[in-house]
Amino acid sequence: MSTGRTLFDKVWDAHVVRKIEQGPDVLFIDRHLVHEVTSPVAFLGLKKRKSKVLYPGRTFATADHNTPTRNQHLPVKDPLSANQLRALEENAREHGIPYWGLGHRKNGIVHVIGPENGITLPGVTVVCGDSHTSTHGAFGAIAFGIGTSEVEMVLSTQCIMQPKPKRMRITIDGQLNAAVTPKDVALYIISQLSTSGATGYFVEYAGEVFRNMSMEGRMTVCNLSIEMGARGGMVAPDQKTFDYIKGREYTPKGADWDKAMEYWETLYSDKDAQFDKEVVFDGSAIEPMITYGTNPGMGMGITSGIPRAESLDGGVATYRKSLEYMDFSEGDAMLGKKIDFVFLGSCTNGRIEDFRAFAQVVKGRKKADNVTAWLVPGSHQVEEAIREEGILEILEEAGFELREPGCSACLAMNDDKIPAGKYAVSTSNRNFEGRQGPGARTLLASPLVAAAAAVTGKVTDPRELLELETA
Amino acid sequence: MAYDKFNTLRSTAVPLPIENVDTDQIIPARFLKATERKGFGDNLFRDWRYHPDNTPKEHFVLNNPIYGGKILVGGKNFGSGSSREHAAWAIYDYGFRCVVSSFFADIFRNNCLNIGVLPVQVSPEFLQRIFEEIEKDPKAELTVDLPEQKIRIEATGEEEDFEINAYKKENLLNGYDDIDYLLSMKEEIQAFEHGLPL
Repeated sequence: MSTGRTLFDKVWDAHVVRKIEQGPDVLFIDRHLVHEVTSPVAFLGLKKRKSKVLYPGRTFATADHNTPTRNQHLPVKDPLSANQLRALEENAREHGIPYWGLGHRKNGIVHVIGPENGITLPGVTVVCGDSHTSTHGAFGAIAFGIGTSEVEMVLSTQCIMQPKPKRMRITIDGQLNAAVTPKDVALYIISQLSTSGATGYFVEYAGEVFRNMSMEGRMTVCNLSIEMGARGGMVAPDQKTFDYIKGREYTPKGADWDKAMEYWETLYSDKDAQFDKEVVFDGSAIEPMITYGTNPGMGMGITSGIPRAESLDGGVATYRKSLEYMDFSEGDAMLGKKIDFVFLGSCTNGRIEDFRAFAQVVKGRKKADNVTAWLVPGSHQVEEAIREEGILEILEEAGFELREPGCSACLAMNDDKIPAGKYAVSTSNRNFEGRQGPGARTLLASPLVAAAAAVTGKVTDPRELLELETA
Repeated sequence: MAYDKFNTLRSTAVPLPIENVDTDQIIPARFLKATERKGFGDNLFRDWRYHPDNTPKEHFVLNNPIYGGKILVGGKNFGSGSSREHAAWAIYDYGFRCVVSSFFADIFRNNCLNIGVLPVQVSPEFLQRIFEEIEKDPKAELTVDLPEQKIRIEATGEEEDFEINAYKKENLLNGYDDIDYLLSMKEEIQAFEHGLPL
């Protein structure tokens, strides 16, 4: 009988306050992030119970989901959004929670600002009323999305009650091909496992592909864990992780850092650790990816054709309904399809590396006339880096405009909605029907593929523009 | 905050034989702007239910008066995507108390349990049988028996067991919620917090 423990076991077990027989574990939450959309009813519940926030210093609030990406210095026009933003501000003030609202220099997408400010650390538990909380797993944290009832639980008791998920390890070794980004790796995994292939599991990403990835890249991969149904995904912390977090505002300092390091250095899966499921892929088999359907599992290498329904394992009616919504046909090539919008941003691909990649392709080129492009940094810090690194000049010369930070067209709660019937190449995370606006059609892809589409007006292999060999 | 108790439910059911029904379909993001838990049922499946001009789409099952009841029966991987509890609220507010599928997304399942909607996971074969019986007779009744953990098609007597952990079962039978449980162990939580490294 093996005694080895996985990275996930180590972090989870360290946070179990009580085990309930034939029931869930009571899990302590180190860091809680809240935004305007999924928190108001939780605060209302707190009020009804005459309860207080137990540890206000462990919760951080930002406004991101329905904030405008233009003229943030002006009052928010939509009265419902304005009301929700006001409610968050008032709730944060009443309960003494740090609040970074519109205009604050630390404002941005909740999953971008957590790591930027050292709130996200290895070996902690992080939750937020948002499924893409899995992003923070890039640091070796257990991070996952929760519902509003659970937001209230965390506010009032700093705990939630959940059964321990099963453990899955996804190992990818081998050299990635040119122009294959972390987004492509994630879309590839989801296309292989389907949108429910990891439901019930917590994933650890292992192997040289993830070891070689930057922290930004690991965040992109962990972010998309939920799109294959996983509760979350994580990568064991290494020197890259420690270098990234060191010196950030909420990162421990001095003796506290040393003490934390003792814990962090234990955070890896033991050699004899057992996983409930092991999946292995070959990194060199991955191409730049694009989706053609209405869930993130409907992705393919950009040079392939849309799969035929007969080749699928059941679900033919749902598959055809999806293609009908997209107005695509089985067997179609994606390359050359005309597109109308490009969206660069979101908690998936709204960090500085994503803007660097986009700029690399559009540099010296011009935005296609038929394309409307929305470039939305994940935070003010990202926005600042875009300016400081000279990326803004490249973008502007190519005919692009930079907007202000927020979730924007990823879920289209603000004015950034893709019109019905239009096609958007989007670096975000979901291509569900209507996700980017009622009737909108989304093609998920990497910042490189989005940039290639933005300058050509159609789905284009970025390797052609970067003069790289196709595999 | 207690919710409705759930014991045994006998009802007709609304069939939605589509796979991967995500929470953006159950309630689109633009309807998440409320600061209170009210009125979400009106926007349940909004874009499948209504045209952009707000006239009902005739062919959608919720607009077909033949179908009704307190049980929603969905295809595999029901409730995937966003963590919005609003999806569970919309289902509850519309009048459903139970969702049946052959597979549920994790967060959606938790959200349902936390507000007193029972997610019942059945085998793909049994799900198929339910869809067939409802197609044959839209007034076909299902019985969901939580104490016995069984779901039955009344017309044929076919039944299947379903899983639920003992703790959650007890909560649903009594209308208890997790928050009250957690509040009752506050001192234990505070002692635990004291010993944490971060």
